[in-house]
Amino acid sequence: MSGSSLLKMPTKSTGAMSARATLASELSANGRDSKVKTLRSDGPLVLRQCNPKGPEPLTHRQHGVARVALAAGTAGPLGGDSYALDVHVGAGSTLVLMEVSAMLVLPGAGGGQSHLSITVHVEEGATFVWWAEPIIAARRCNHRHDVRIALAADARMILREEMLLGRHGEAPGDFTSRLRITRGGAALYDQEVSFGPAADGWNGAAVLGGGRAVGSIIAVDPGWTTTPLQAMPFHGNAALTPLAGPGVAIGAVAADSFELRRLLVQGLSELGPPWAI
Amino acid sequence: MLLADGRLPAGGYAHSGGLEPAVTAGRVTDMAGLEGFLIGRAETAGLIAAAFAAAACVRARRGDLSDIALLEVELDARIPSPELRKVSRNLGRQLRRAMSSIHPHPHFANLGAAPHQPIVMGVAAAALGLGPRDAALAILHENNAGAAAAAAKVMRVDPFDVHAILARATERLDRLAHRAAGFADGAPADLPAPGSPLADIAAEHHRRSDVRLFAS
Repeated sequence: MSGSSLLKMPTKSTGAMSARATLASELSANGRDSKVKTLRSDGPLVLRQCNPKGPEPLTHRQHGVARVALAAGTAGPLGGDSYALDVHVGAGSTLVLMEVSAMLVLPGAGGGQSHLSITVHVEEGATFVWWAEPIIAARRCNHRHDVRIALAADARMILREEMLLGRHGEAPGDFTSRLRITRGGAALYDQEVSFGPAADGWNGAAVLGGGRAVGSIIAVDPGWTTTPLQAMPFHGNAALTPLAGPGVAIGAVAADSFELRRLLVQGLSELGPPWAI
Repeated sequence: MLLADGRLPAGGYAHSGGLEPAVTAGRVTDMAGLEGFLIGRAETAGLIAAAFAAAACVRARRGDLSDIALLEVELDARIPSPELRKVSRNLGRQLRRAMSSIHPHPHFANLGAAPHQPIVMGVAAAALGLGPRDAALAILHENNAGAAAAAAKVMRVDPFDVHAILARATERLDRLAHRAAGFADGAPADLPAPGSPLADIAAEHHRRSDVRLFAS
């Protein structure tokens, strides 16, 4: 919860796994198509290049984007594990990062904290699309998720994050996720979500209420500097809120993952073309 | 005491700290719900406000306000709802106006057109000779007591029950103020950022509501 504790590595426990994967894209010599420059999987973090099925919807229907899927090589992360993923989107390139399945965060045998740290650098004129699948905080898990995204001033980005409070009918373990996005070095979005037995107040009406799923879509487009968006509370439990810079957060709290996904898709359609999918 | 008093003519009495929107949405219906709402709010938006007040206080005490613009940007990034950003800036402007005449200090003029409430609170605390922990505690109490006082207007409550909730909260607010002060000297980027998604969503609904007693 404190800034400095973000940097502390969790205590190692028996059988704990440490992994660091790297992904980078760049613009091809033809100056039009993007390609994967570095693809280094590590243990449980399996990166696979996949071919675009056609024009990518979230990239303003571009062709020739670099497209990579992240898959889980093992169960987890489990308590004690420490994973890191570094992503670099080279100048002018477009990288689409998909995920193959939801991530189930489980307690470890030694009872330590698991940690997943993701850092993303998006260079000048580049576009980063990260269409993540839900993270499920299983009972008794103890997990810290830390995502830091640094965008160049003219970079574009859209991402989705979804967190589920336990598996079906199960109370969640301790889970904290911080997502911080900077643009041209200045903070644009910084939000942390915490829940579980060790946290207080998260089930209150100001935070998650009785919700079992929480998530958001964040989009950043320099074009919104000149044409700012209007705030839109499109559902009792969801709203589209323009940020202080050229970005928007679509936030939703829901009873389950299906309802959450439905609200986020609805929010995206409120943004209209070319974002609607 | 002066800074945390709801009767300070700084506009706080016109706000329910998100309680009215939460009651309207049917998320707070009884005393347990009210207490849960107040705890969640203190642990999230309250901690953020406290940490920023403490950070502004430390800078004002040093006489170096060069970081204030950066604190403003960092605080904006922690409030997704444009309505809540506006409320925080309105309250900041009004607190500055009140404190500029109650206890003038040259720092107040250097805070830009519409500074966030926690920033002004921190600077005002420094002007009164108080430290970062006091600044954090003042804004935690002001926000918490303000929302609790609004309960009497937006739901059926026994005022004694509301004050029992406030009495139970004091230890929590002390703990949060202590934590907030721990960040005061560090980099603005490392200040805490706990979100309150339902408060953001409810604030945007509330702004569009025709029937409302409180501005937020």
